[in-house]
Order: sequence, then C-alpha cells, then structure tokens
Amino acid sequence: MIITIATRELRSLFLSPLAWSILAVVQFLMGYLFLGQLDLFLQIQSRLVAMNEAPGITEIVVTPIFANAAMILLLVIPLLTMRLISEEKRTQTLTLLLSAPVSITEIVLGKFIGIMFFILIMLLLIALMPLSLLAGGTLDYGMVASAFLALLLLLASFASAGLFMSTITNQPTIAAISTFGLLLLLWVIDWSADFAEAGTVISYLSLLNHYRPLLEGIFKSSDVIYYLLFIITFLTLSIRRLNADRLQY
Amino acid sequence: MSVTDEILVSVKGVSRFYGDLCAVNNLSFDIHRGEVLGLLGPNGAGKSTAIQMITGNLAPSFGQITINGIDILDRPKKAKQYLGYLPEHPPVYKEFTVDEYLNFCAKLHHIKHGERQEAINIAKQRCNLNEVGKRLIGNLSKGFQQRVGIAQAIIHSPPVVILDEPTVGLDPIQIREIRSLIRELGKEHCVILSTHILPEVTTTCDKVFIINRGSIVLTETTEDLQKRMQSSSLFVGFNQAPEVKELHKFAGVDSVEMKKDGYFRIHHNPDIDPSEKIVLKSVEQGWRLIEIRPEQLSLEDVFVDITTEEHNPVNNDNVAEVAIS
Repeated sequence: MIITIATRELRSLFLSPLAWSILAVVQFLMGYLFLGQLDLFLQIQSRLVAMNEAPGITEIVVTPIFANAAMILLLVIPLLTMRLISEEKRTQTLTLLLSAPVSITEIVLGKFIGIMFFILIMLLLIALMPLSLLAGGTLDYGMVASAFLALLLLLASFASAGLFMSTITNQPTIAAISTFGLLLLLWVIDWSADFAEAGTVISYLSLLNHYRPLLEGIFKSSDVIYYLLFIITFLTLSIRRLNADRLQY
Repeated sequence: MSVTDEILVSVKGVSRFYGDLCAVNNLSFDIHRGEVLGLLGPNGAGKSTAIQMITGNLAPSFGQITINGIDILDRPKKAKQYLGYLPEHPPVYKEFTVDEYLNFCAKLHHIKHGERQEAINIAKQRCNLNEVGKRLIGNLSKGFQQRVGIAQAIIHSPPVVILDEPTVGLDPIQIREIRSLIRELGKEHCVILSTHILPEVTTTCDKVFIINRGSIVLTETTEDLQKRMQSSSLFVGFNQAPEVKELHKFAGVDSVEMKKDGYFRIHHNPDIDPSEKIVLKSVEQGWRLIEIRPEQLSLEDVFVDITTEEHNPVNNDNVAEVAIS
C-alpha cells in the first residue's frame, strides 16, 4: 500500500512540468559548478604534483560539488515537498486516501518514499558528474560513497521537514516558505559567535555540522543517527498532525 | 425492495463539536442492506459532518459508528473496506487519465491484480465512462469528473456507498442515469445520499432523514412522505361561478377561499374528497367547470415547514402535525 501511494506520487511529479524543470535547473547549475571546480583543479595540478601529501581530485572536485549541491537543494527541496499533502488538502483528494482502507502512517510513509524516489533520481544524476572523472583518473571511492550518503541523508531530512510543513497548511507556497525558513535556520543556527564552540546543544542541532564530517569522509555513527532521528521525528509529527485533523479539539 | 434485517451502518448517539459549536447532536440511526437513505437539510445543518464521520474522515466527539458491525474508530482499516465514498468535490487527480486513476483506486482498495481490470471495466460501464478511459481527467467536463468520482466509490463494490450530492453538475439525462444507478446499487448494497435536490429524494430513496441544526427532525419512508405531501385542498375554476355558499354545502368542505374571477380553493376534510360531487353538481347547475385539481404540497413545502420551525421538537409526531397544518 505504501508503494502504491509512493508510485502515484512519483508519477504525479513527473506528469507535472515542475519535476522536469527542477531536474533541468539543478543539473545545469551543478554542471556549471562542476566545470568551475574541474578548471581549478587543472590550474593547480602542476603545483599539487610538487607537494607532499597533496589533496587529490576527490577532495578538490568531488567534496566541494557535494557541499554546493546541499546549498542548492536547500532551496529546491521545499519546492518539491510543498505540494505533498497541502495540494491534496486543497483539491480535496486527500479524502480519497482518508476514506480508503489505508492508515495515516501508510499515507505519510508513501508520500515520503515517493519523494525519496525522486530525490534519488536527482542524486544519481548529480553523482554522474564526479563519476565521469573515472574516465581520466581514479577516485577515492570511500570518500565519494561517504559524500553520497551524507547528501542522501541530508536531503531525506529536508524532505521529512518539508512533508511536515505540507501537512500544516492548505497553501503549497506557505508550506514551501516555512520549510525553507526552518531548514535555513537549522543550517545557520550556530553561526552566531556565542554558539560557535562545539559541544553545545545549539551546535548539535545544526544540520551543517553533521554534514561536513561525512562529506570529508569521516563516518561517525552519531551523525547518521542524528539524521535518522531528524527524519523519524518529522515523519511522526506529520502522522500526528494528520490524525489531529480528524480528532476533537 | 429487498430490505433485509442486516444492519450495515449503525450510528449511535453521535455528536461532534467544533469548539463550542455543536455541528451534529446526538445522532442515531441504523441502515439496512437494500436501503437507499436520503439525507436532507439546509446548508450548515450538519449533513456533511455526519457523512464525514461515517466515512472516518472525522472522529465523533461522542458516540459510536459501526460499518458492517466493525467500529470505525477501533478498526478503521477494516471498516473502511466496506465503504465507498464520493465527497462533495470528486477527489480526482486531474493529471491522470481515467484508467490510471481507477487503477490507483482499485489498488488502494486492495483489489487483487488479476481482478483489477475487470473491476475497472465494470465501474466504467456502470458510470458510462467507456469512451473517456484514455483521456485526462482534468480535460473532462464537470459531469464526467463527477461520474469518475462515482466510479471510484463503487469500484470495489462496497456494501455501503455514500454519495454527497452526486448529481451536481450533471445534465438531465445523466442525472436520470445516475439516479437509476443509485437505485440499482440500493438493491444489493445500502446507499446514503446527501442532497439539496428534493425531487431526487422522492425518486431514489426509500427513507428520508431531514437534518436541521445537527439533529434529525424527521425520519420517514418516502411513501409516508408522499402521503404527507397530499394535501387536503382542491383548486377549482368555473366559467359561470356559483356563490361561495353553494360550495360550502358539499360534504366535508371546511372552508372556501375565493381566488381571482371564478377560481376557488376549497379546503376539505382529508377523509372526504368532494371533487366527484363538485363535478356532478357543476354539470347539473351549469357552472361550467373548467379546472379542478387536488393541490399537492411539494416536498419543498414540507421541508421548509420542518426546518424553519423554531422550537423543533425531536418528537416526530409533533412535527408531523405542524407540517400538515
């Protein structure tokens, strides 16, 4: 049942121009950034040869690409998730799901998995660019895999927050702007000097702080658990929120 | 009508509050297999709230609702299998074709892969959707979208079909088709129909509930309702009108109202119909009768009478008297 809802979500996405234009724009921007990074690498290549323990192409090209991708997708994901539930509320198609023999948990998980399919497609397209470097050299596979995992977890967190925001309102645009606000806040939450030192609760909350180590190839299970907790929290909140619409207050 | 004793929907003491506002107040009724129930009421009477509670879209504040013996709050997934629901706005995905959409609905209702195509075909045939299967729902007219909505509600042939204003936006021919479809559904299933269109109730329903301000103010079978609509007055017209007192002489006549030249309204005792005598007398006396017809209260009259009654008692007998007088 979850898969039925997920595939319908994915189909609907690809039946609207939104998904295609998002894929196109993201791919174009990433391609441009990738070329810029590649150019930089070619310029400093001769100096790198002379250095001891010089950073390789993975550090110079792949890591920044994934770091930039996170920033761009922070802007894009809210646009994708905004209509997940709110659009169904507005056009009253949510009634179809609510009166069918499916539980609210299944609806929420279906929606989440549907959007994750799309995100996975987008990620694979982005990952193709660094992988194309294999044509002329070798990559640090461990690092690439770690960066890929980091971006996947990060985007899943974005999507779960977006899904929750979408359950709150009937207006997709409001869902988008509140998702964006929330994500950006969590991104920059420890930028203020007072919270900058590591170890405080505020710096722990930062999405960025858990992203950077993974990106640099440092796999800490606490970072992965942070993302999983983040996702579970927002999915639970979404389920509770949809349940609350039915109940008495 | 093959009304059986099997209770498909049972509503017991259900109330729903929105804040302080009581939208539905202590609603109780049972619906049996083979019944078509009409739910009537002015805007804001609580019809939609009641329907949303029966379909599990809203949880009641108090009370219990069971579908086919299964409590909708305790085991919602199981109970909802027995439900087909068409909300006020057909819940269609406009970017899908009719076939894709119905396929999705069939999957949602756990119809097995092998039986799915047949279920879709039957639903399409019943709602006359065969020619539009490949078209996008968003490009179809309102009437077709409505029919897609109905197809969605009956695709898993549920024992309980709930339709919220199903004939809105349809043309007269389609309305007739949908009504006969509802009657057909009512034979094996039970149908709850909410509507504003009063004649629809007399033509399709077996039983009528009139809801006002969250409570049922009238429960009646359609036959009884039609009897109630039979009024006790005659409208007569003569070319050579007799004196009013002449008309008073007929047995059973209570009062005579003089209308414009030569036309009268005669109120009579419901048990004694004086029309035959009037016709005979008219020939005898040369009054030259040109028109005589029993006046029928429309369902509208009954409806307005009941729903505008300020201190409406829930006691049906009292209401009945009010409505007839």
